Amino acid sequence: MADNSWLTSFPKMERGELAAIRKTLDGAYRQFSRDYGESIEAFFEPLLSFLVWFERLLLATPWWIVLAAVAALVYAASRSWKLCVGSIVSLLLIGYLGMWDDTMRTLSIITVCTLLAIVLGIPIGIAMARSNRTQSIVTPMLDIMQTMPAFVYLIPVVMLLGIGKIPGLIAVVIYAIPPVIRLTNLGIRLVDREVLEAATAFGANPRQRLLGVQLPLAMPTIMAGINQTIMMALSMVVIASMIGVKGLGQPVLKSITNQYFTLGLLNGLAIVALAIIFDRVSQAYAKRTQAHLGGLQHD
Amino acid sequence: MTKPLIEVKGLYKVFGSQPQKVLPRVKQGQSKDQILAETGHTVGLKEIDLHINKGEIFVIMGLSGSGKSTLIRHFNRLIEPSEGEIWVDGTDVMKLSQGQLQEFRRHKMSMVFQRFGLLPHRNVLDNVAYGLEIQGIEKAHRQKVAGEWLETVGLNGYAAQFPSQLSGGQQQRVGLARALATDAEILLMDEAFSALDPLIRSEMQDQLIELQSSLHKTIIFITHDLDEALRLGDRIAILKDGALVQQGTPDEILLHPADDYVEAFVKDVNRARALTVETVMKPPVSRITAETLGEALSQMKRLKDDYAYHVTEEGYQGVLTQEGLEQVNKSLHQQEISEEVYEDVPVVSPDTPIEQIVGDTIESDYSLPVVDDDGNLKGLVAAENVAEVFAEPESSDIEPTEAANEEEPEPKAS
Repeated sequence: MADNSWLTSFPKMERGELAAIRKTLDGAYRQFSRDYGESIEAFFEPLLSFLVWFERLLLATPWWIVLAAVAALVYAASRSWKLCVGSIVSLLLIGYLGMWDDTMRTLSIITVCTLLAIVLGIPIGIAMARSNRTQSIVTPMLDIMQTMPAFVYLIPVVMLLGIGKIPGLIAVVIYAIPPVIRLTNLGIRLVDREVLEAATAFGANPRQRLLGVQLPLAMPTIMAGINQTIMMALSMVVIASMIGVKGLGQPVLKSITNQYFTLGLLNGLAIVALAIIFDRVSQAYAKRTQAHLGGLQHD
Repeated sequence: MTKPLIEVKGLYKVFGSQPQKVLPRVKQGQSKDQILAETGHTVGLKEIDLHINKGEIFVIMGLSGSGKSTLIRHFNRLIEPSEGEIWVDGTDVMKLSQGQLQEFRRHKMSMVFQRFGLLPHRNVLDNVAYGLEIQGIEKAHRQKVAGEWLETVGLNGYAAQFPSQLSGGQQQRVGLARALATDAEILLMDEAFSALDPLIRSEMQDQLIELQSSLHKTIIFITHDLDEALRLGDRIAILKDGALVQQGTPDEILLHPADDYVEAFVKDVNRARALTVETVMKPPVSRITAETLGEALSQMKRLKDDYAYHVTEEGYQGVLTQEGLEQVNKSLHQQEISEEVYEDVPVVSPDTPIEQIVGDTIESDYSLPVVDDDGNLKGLVAAENVAEVFAEPESSDIEPTEAANEEEPEPKAS
């Protein structure tokens, strides 16, 4: 009789074959990164210099000017003194506990990551809302980006670009961009059909419909997406620190390896404080600018 | 006859993945339900032929799902037909390119929506100015025009409000002002007043009639409410399951419903309010054309009634009775007929609703004279003519028409 062992143990590929496949793929990718690594790095060069410039700016500026600028921004966005005072107090506390420089570094990379995620994410979301086919292609990619452990896609990024700010930035953007894409798509698809039909009936062209109707009406949903993106970017700073992104993540990493509980906790709390400031300010801004959409509804 | 402004020829619409394959079945006359069951396609419209004249209010009426909202969206091609032609003022709308279609929508037609379709993030003034903004008209000018229309619809002072701050009736006024602001010749109104409560609705109807008397737009009005259709419509088309059942003036529809479906609609209507004196009046038989009293008396004696309606070249004068004429002194017979001999009988106009003359016809001993604006005696109306209106239509074994007001969810059109 034939060999029936496949019934008891899973029929699997020969060890040698698997190794060959791995070797081939790894080799091909390594070759690719050797060939194109530099040009890809060059492509990201402007982004890197911007990132470095922004970080230096935050670090070089005297702390009280940064505080004043933050206070002004918070107030401009939220029009709330309470929020303003709360932000100042938490930043003062962070500085007093010796985490000012790391916080500035984290602030700079989060800001750049969020801007990049918005600039890339909103157009992708719009494209998804426009065509069901695009949506069916992009959705599984977003699913992968959100569920794939971050360490896994750090590997090719590091292989390609080495250790440093840009790979960190790419990793953070990959991790943080899905919410803004998803919610832009959703927001546009949820726009009241009759309002859009009205715009069409008055002869609006696609651009006028997008800018005059779809985006403004989707804005509350898009803002929720941006908010989520910021939160996710912040939660990535620890992982990003593993590939050399300086900031609040590095002391946390150091605490894990050396079992420094207090250091870890303080830096962790600093990340939380940043997250809360970002979250409350962006929500207050969204709420203030969308006030006419809710609250005073008649029926 | 002048050429109609809008002509629809052989329009078919089938919703589904392969409408062209299903179209032959529709033409063979298979029913909507059968086609849906066998092919999964929904028949939206079948064989629609319409013509709409310049300056009239054309009402398209039908129950939910009868295809009326689908039909109105064909006029400005918000929905593409499966087959057929739509001519508007000599242009074949079906042949317009995307760019031409945009221009057509900007200048030729504007639309009012059931759920208003206002932009919630813009204030009332900017909503009214929306059509003009799309046309690329500069801000100061479009706001000035929008302000004028806002005043016309009676929303002065609301310019800076947001739509969510207004009541339903006010929001629809904004919708109406927005549609009028582009000065388009044709106004499409898709169940424009259906979402409003009855009192506001009738106010809006009054306003529309008033506006129409000065603007003379061509209005295509969709409704599921026959009272509204009769009140507004110069002509009415009734749709059932995507097909036209009957087209005609309100009176034609009320008095000669084409089939049971229309009759079921008509049954609920307050006919006394919807019909005018003109539709029930009888020809004026007892007329006296004399100039003097003597002549009048001799004419009277030849009539079978003992009263008659005096008509001269200037038109209707009054009611004369034999008794009244005989009381006059014989010596005065050569004189012209004077005011005193006329009986006191109210005069009605042909377009008065019957409802308003019921009391007068019952109180009066004579048939009431129907006199038009030029003073001509058009006919007579008596209590028994009025009574006919209140009698049930002959075949009364029709289902109650509750369905006509039911709010069924409309099947998704796309």
